[in-house]
Amino acid sequence: MKEPIIQFKNFSFKYESQVEHTLEKINLSIYQGEKIVIVGPSGSGKSTLAHCLNGLVPFSYRGEVEGSLTIKGHDTSTLDIFTISKMVGTVLQDPDGQFIGLSVAEDIAFALENEAIPQEEMVRQVTDVSKLVDLENKIQSSIHELSGGQKQRVSLAGVIVEEVDILLFDEPLANLDPATGKHAMALIDQIQKETKTTVVIIEHRLEDVLSQDVDRIIVVDEGRIVSDMSPNELLASDILESCHLREPLYVKALKYAGCNVTPDMHPESIESLAIEQCRDKLSEWYESTDSVKQEKKNSPILELRDINFEYHKGIKTLQNVTLTIHQGEMVSIVGRNGAGKSTLSKIIGGFEKIKSGSIFYKGEDITEDTIFERSNRIGIVMQNPNHMISKHMIYDEVALGLVMRGVPEEEIKKRVEETLKVCGLYAFRNWPISALSFGQKKRVTIASILVLQPEVLILDEPTAGQDLRHYTEIMEFLTQLNSQGVTILMITHDMHLMLEYTPRAIAIDDGRVIADHSAAHILTNISIVEMTNLKVTSLFELAQKAGIDQPIEFVTRFIEYDKEARLTWRKNY
Amino acid sequence: MAQELLSYIERKSPVHSLSGATKLIIFILYSTAAMLTYDTRVLLALLVISIVIFVMSKIRIREIGFILVFILAFLLLNNIAIYIFSPQEGVKIYGSSHVLFELAGRYNITWEQLFYQFNITLKYFVVIPAALLFVVTTHPSEFAASLNKIGVNYKIAYSVSLALRYIPDIQRDFKTIAKAQQARGIDISKNENLWKRIKNISSIILPLIFSTLDRIEVISNAMELRRFGKKKKRTWYKEKPFRKADYIVLISGLFILVVSLLITFYDGSRFYNPF
Repeated sequence: MKEPIIQFKNFSFKYESQVEHTLEKINLSIYQGEKIVIVGPSGSGKSTLAHCLNGLVPFSYRGEVEGSLTIKGHDTSTLDIFTISKMVGTVLQDPDGQFIGLSVAEDIAFALENEAIPQEEMVRQVTDVSKLVDLENKIQSSIHELSGGQKQRVSLAGVIVEEVDILLFDEPLANLDPATGKHAMALIDQIQKETKTTVVIIEHRLEDVLSQDVDRIIVVDEGRIVSDMSPNELLASDILESCHLREPLYVKALKYAGCNVTPDMHPESIESLAIEQCRDKLSEWYESTDSVKQEKKNSPILELRDINFEYHKGIKTLQNVTLTIHQGEMVSIVGRNGAGKSTLSKIIGGFEKIKSGSIFYKGEDITEDTIFERSNRIGIVMQNPNHMISKHMIYDEVALGLVMRGVPEEEIKKRVEETLKVCGLYAFRNWPISALSFGQKKRVTIASILVLQPEVLILDEPTAGQDLRHYTEIMEFLTQLNSQGVTILMITHDMHLMLEYTPRAIAIDDGRVIADHSAAHILTNISIVEMTNLKVTSLFELAQKAGIDQPIEFVTRFIEYDKEARLTWRKNY
Repeated sequence: MAQELLSYIERKSPVHSLSGATKLIIFILYSTAAMLTYDTRVLLALLVISIVIFVMSKIRIREIGFILVFILAFLLLNNIAIYIFSPQEGVKIYGSSHVLFELAGRYNITWEQLFYQFNITLKYFVVIPAALLFVVTTHPSEFAASLNKIGVNYKIAYSVSLALRYIPDIQRDFKTIAKAQQARGIDISKNENLWKRIKNISSIILPLIFSTLDRIEVISNAMELRRFGKKKKRTWYKEKPFRKADYIVLISGLFILVVSLLITFYDGSRFYNPF
């Protein structure tokens, strides 16, 4: 057996500010040239594990270490962060925040500059590596001009510009749309093959990660390693479900249909999946489930007519957008980055002034209404909760909008408490906001908008960066609101969200509405999927593979069945 | 879009092609000369050179209009303050008093005071183009490199340039937050009275601080992971090597400083006395 390049032995870690260990007796060996994926729900310790590998623990985040971690035979407790970062190159999660240089070339060169490499040598190396990641033509561009996928390539280039032995990716897919995520995985694969490095990927979007081969998947939960096996073995087991991790949809469908998923069926990807033994069971299941009748809603609450908008003269961000949202609907708005979906929400909220067109609320023209006037009817929740929170205590934060409106104190108290109950935050009402998790903060921001009793709620990426548990929590909460009559619009590129929660999806490309249909239809339409940077859902591919004659109907039925199943799952959990 | 306060303006000009370090040194030399001398002839000559360089840079006044107005307002304030606190400064310096008209008590208007304050104003006008040109013609990436080249510790140089770079990002955050808060009824537009506006702005500052702290944590981790601060020295990808033009400019800058000081102190006084 080869010597492991990374070895954790009885490794435990406790953050300085915490009472309990975040990592508990980790034993893990990773060998030269392997490609490892580490998955786990939020708070499981997977990010801490990554920080241990790149030296941020214990150098930036202090705490107590027990046991040992050796990288390339060196005990890390004898090394400093600079030496560790020479061996382990890290690509961080946030694609925007991690850029240090202003232009592509500078950012790639940053590590070389710090090593005081002479300028000529630096220019040569930067050019070489930019070819490797296919960015040679962009080398002088400003980082801000790049797309999400290109940004990711720049950060990768900045790490591999020096020879590192281990590449560590901390949630590389977190901010990418599905199509770009797929390209990113392919690029990681290609780089690994060309540079023969060891790759460690921390991620919870397992289905997307598995678009390329990986050697092993390590599941971490509550600070411990729960399993360490090949993708095929893991997908055949029920470990993912018990750790509240999302299984690939096609695997879930197989399990719903009562198929016995085994490692030798190669469930690691839809392409490799051997489906022969399952074909009958799948069709049986398909026949036995009921088709869903979508009731047509017909009471327009929000109408956009022929909206045109531009940030800069001559560059149209929105063109002739016309759409109608009905009372009680739950709709997702999808499209690639920069397609105009966030702009659309800003226009509806009155944050930006339109150039032409008109907006109607229940038939009343609100085009000229101010942000404040619209906010009583249409609530907007931003993607980043830190952009909204301005008080120390939860109660005060939620009450703020009412206080500003001069509502009598007693009524404020009543409404805030009601809203906090609805949002599951009542128990925390006297807590400082800083003590909350990201998902809870998000709920505080939703509560602070809901308390104003808008009838339409617009959320920008409500589930970005959330694991399955928090995702389910937020979405179930929104569904509940929706059933109470609140109309909900969500801007997203999360395909699961579209499929599982929004019967209707509106696709936008280049400032135009290109499709307005059911989520199942949009995610099975190849040309729309390509234009919006989404992916065809694996359910559709599964249905085709199994020879089901109406694959779209299969997808629709799966979603309905899954909704029921999740309800029972939540009750038991 | 938000009015950019002061940032790099891309142009092809002889001023742009100089190394950032050269521009910084020239700016320092120039300010030294302008600060030390009160000799009107020297100041006028420097002003002419400043204007010529400004024209050469192909930067239009309009592009720096906002900051220029700000500086001019400050200049006016400065002039008023000088007059209020020291209305007889000119008389003291030039040793004579040509009264134009009397106001009240020691406040009268003399030719000497006017001439003295005219010189102060000239100093401003000599330094403003040099300072602005350094900022708007030096690419932000080169900014840190040029500070480092003249001896500023590279960590400090880098912090300065990072801070400058984040100004537009923070402006963008500010706008987003302001809009979100406006939707909740916190108005900072002109519809509110001033006191309320100031109070309301505070509810934007807190989220702004939070989001900025987030930013700082991410960037400092990213920098550390790529070994910023490991060595005593670092190189710069964007640093422009010194070329002939740089040396010529530097030597002329030094020459101007020496000549202006010689003329200024030739007769033993920093002031040129026409009276």
